[in-house]
Amino acid sequence: MSPPDSVSTVAQTVAQIARQDRGRLLAILIGRYRNFDLAEEALQEALSSAHLHWARTGLPSNPSAWLLTVASRKAIDRLRRQARDARMSADSILEMAEAADEKPEIADDRLRLIFTCCHPALEQKSRIALTLRTLGGLTTVEIARAFLDTETTMGQRLSRAKAKIFNAGIPYAVPGPEEWDQRLHAVLGVIYLIFNEGYFASTGESPLRQSLCDEAIYLARMLDILRADEPEVLGLLALMICTNARRRARFAGAGVVPLEAQNHMLWDMVQLREAEALLDRAIVKRSPGPYQIQAAIAALHCQIGEKDWHQIVLLYDSLLRFDANPVIQLNRAVALAECGALSPALAALEELAEPLMDYQPFHAARADLLAKAGQCDCAIAAYDRAISMALTAADALFLTNRRSALLVHSTVG
Amino acid sequence: MKYMALIYNDPALTPAYGSPEFGAMMQGYGALNASMKAAGVLIAGHGLQDVDTATSVRMRGGKPETMDGPFAETKERLGGYYIIDCADLDEALRYAAQIPSAAYGTIEVRPLAEYGV
Repeated sequence: MSPPDSVSTVAQTVAQIARQDRGRLLAILIGRYRNFDLAEEALQEALSSAHLHWARTGLPSNPSAWLLTVASRKAIDRLRRQARDARMSADSILEMAEAADEKPEIADDRLRLIFTCCHPALEQKSRIALTLRTLGGLTTVEIARAFLDTETTMGQRLSRAKAKIFNAGIPYAVPGPEEWDQRLHAVLGVIYLIFNEGYFASTGESPLRQSLCDEAIYLARMLDILRADEPEVLGLLALMICTNARRRARFAGAGVVPLEAQNHMLWDMVQLREAEALLDRAIVKRSPGPYQIQAAIAALHCQIGEKDWHQIVLLYDSLLRFDANPVIQLNRAVALAECGALSPALAALEELAEPLMDYQPFHAARADLLAKAGQCDCAIAAYDRAISMALTAADALFLTNRRSALLVHSTVG
Repeated sequence: MKYMALIYNDPALTPAYGSPEFGAMMQGYGALNASMKAAGVLIAGHGLQDVDTATSVRMRGGKPETMDGPFAETKERLGGYYIIDCADLDEALRYAAQIPSAAYGTIEVRPLAEYGV
């Protein structure tokens, strides 16, 4: 043991370990005791003990192992107390608890836990919240703020989800090969939703938003460590890192800067290179999937200079084979217009007018294409529609500027 | 863990009695029953007669009130059930997805409540 540390150093160390190891320790404890609440409470108690003990005796040589031992002891104490209170077969519970305590750490504990938290039998928002709470580093208060809920509502949501896992028998297990693809897709979907919530900030303030992006990337990295070389995990990680690399170039003042007008000097080249390397690792597996294709599209968008729009259109075609949704069709049409095929692109948009009636980016894209085609009146009307539907002030400002530029241009021209 | 699989069907979408699709559906039920028995999962299961045969009853003021018809008038109606004993929800959902009516209607899977353990 090292000599006693100051209270503030200890507090910092505890906070740092809690941040780094919380998910891993929780996963082990949940694996041992099969009870989310028990595991969380025991870990919380162990962290409180750490504050007291470490200030007195100095940091243990392996703080994380210390926390696990203490948390296990706390969990067993709780089980003993519950058994006593319920006057039930205390012996059997103790046997279970002590047998569990002997179990070594299983490398797959966190993998099991993320499959449990992202189980399709849970409501989507609960999957997100539970994943952030147990495997990510966010508190209930932070998750509530990120999703504009009160702490009480979010707390209840988390309790309901944990109760359903226990009562409905949602397994704590890595799915077998026949379900692997579908269940992995559900996990990746949750992680990508967390990222998008952070990146596209439908509402709310920025610092917490960025932490959602960081959490999503952290979770995907964790998956890549636990199950290496899974092509779609690599694809999602590449997609998020490539997107995240451009975040500093995305805002100027109060406005959003579109990709083509962004200052490349603000792009994070280290992240862009990492995304490319991840994508390379995925591609050699020769098992294409929607996240790999989206990552490839994002990477092409980050090419400085002339963009390969034909290649982008082809990639959208492959993406549509996995998921024929109208938003992807919209993006394909925009890429088609960039290739110079303006009339086919506008024709494609007309087909999408009904399904995407309430989708704001559709009206913004349509306005841009109409402006390019010289149909100024229609373009102005489309901008008005897009501005009225904008979710953030930054987005509205960006479109208003485009609209004004078009007005000036058409009057002058 | 014991689960009940409640089979809900929209009669308008279910194959008609006597049609080839109906035959295929019944064969599917036969095969599923056999596989659930072989796996030791099946505890009970029945199809129900049509909702036209349903009668609802409740006690009000100590007297039974009897009514013609099901408890709730919905498009999808309870048409049958299974009670199965499975390791976890995933196994129960795997069996539920194999119920032939899942292709026409919806199967609701609920764990049985275990009282007084």
